[in-house]
Amino acid sequence: MSELLVDGLNNVAKYIIPTLLVGIPFYALSVKKVPVYEVFVEGAKDGFTIAVRIIPYLVAILVAVGMFRASGALDMLLDLLAPVLNFVGFPAENLPLALMRPLSGSGSLGLLTDLVNEHGVDSMAAKIGATMYGSSETTFYVLAVYFGSVGIVRSRHAIPAGLFADAVGAIGAVFFCKMLIG
Amino acid sequence: MLNYIWFGMMAIGVAAGIYNDKIDAVTNAAIDMAKVSVEISIGLIGIMALWLGIMKIAEKSGLIRIIAKGLKPITLRLFPDVPADHPAIGSIVLNMSANILGLGNAATPLGLKAMEELQELNDQKDTATNSMVMFLAINTSSVQLILPATVVALMGATVSEIFITTILATSLSTVAAIAAVKFLEKRKRFAIVPAQEQNHE
Repeated sequence: MSELLVDGLNNVAKYIIPTLLVGIPFYALSVKKVPVYEVFVEGAKDGFTIAVRIIPYLVAILVAVGMFRASGALDMLLDLLAPVLNFVGFPAENLPLALMRPLSGSGSLGLLTDLVNEHGVDSMAAKIGATMYGSSETTFYVLAVYFGSVGIVRSRHAIPAGLFADAVGAIGAVFFCKMLIG
Repeated sequence: MLNYIWFGMMAIGVAAGIYNDKIDAVTNAAIDMAKVSVEISIGLIGIMALWLGIMKIAEKSGLIRIIAKGLKPITLRLFPDVPADHPAIGSIVLNMSANILGLGNAATPLGLKAMEELQELNDQKDTATNSMVMFLAINTSSVQLILPATVVALMGATVSEIFITTILATSLSTVAAIAAVKFLEKRKRFAIVPAQEQNHE
């Protein structure tokens, strides 16, 4: 049943972008008589400025995350946390991914690939990992890009709230996989 | 907050790098990531231009206002300090829709448009407003109905098994994000400090 649903959703998904690209100008042109070409170009001009404005923020965040990742500090943190998490039933093999997810998108995709190669697609470890990966975003990257684009440097409670949600999501991934897939 | 986290990650990186004899890797990572950041930003230009152009058409034709009006009951609760008919609401809704549908490429430009419009309502331009933090938290907790293409490619047929678990986990984390933002925004620690009283902690 859910296989059909996934197939169906993915089939619908591939029509969404083309529909929007044609549908929005169609509505604008036919119903509202908007000069679509002129208006498109006017809006598209901002693409460059916004993309360039992000650079310093992205450099700051990605460099710090990169240094942290390359240093092996994450492995040390893992050794430290493993006994505690084992005790509460959080699978040790999924911990690296849970810690990496908010820091780096490519890093966590690499860890998920490792999980699949090492334990097999059908393993619980891979399913929990894929759930974790799919249910969360790279918090630090999103923060740098979104806040950077408008020059926000004081992020207030954004990081604590984001990391709390990431932790809840990771625990949720373990819980729902164990409960529903078994 | 960001000051400590940013410095902390680099300082721990250097300390752990020395301890683990990986200091060369730490140095290389710093230089490589600086380069990668620029590549990512430059790579965004085309997609940004495309979606911002389409968005402008949607805005001029009144589509954004229609969408914003339809979802007023929800957005009014999540973003109480944004007027219900403000264009920011339309962009926020479109960004979330793009996220739900797994359209990452479209979600970022729409999200940045929303940030720009939220910034118009901000009287302290370097500090995030409650609405901005709420918007960001919902984005980082990721609400999606369609699994990322990378996961589908990696998991093959098993993907149908993790479809439900992913939706449940991501819904749970979004609820947690909203609750955390609402709880933390009232704490004195995270209050907006007026510009003249800032002491650069």
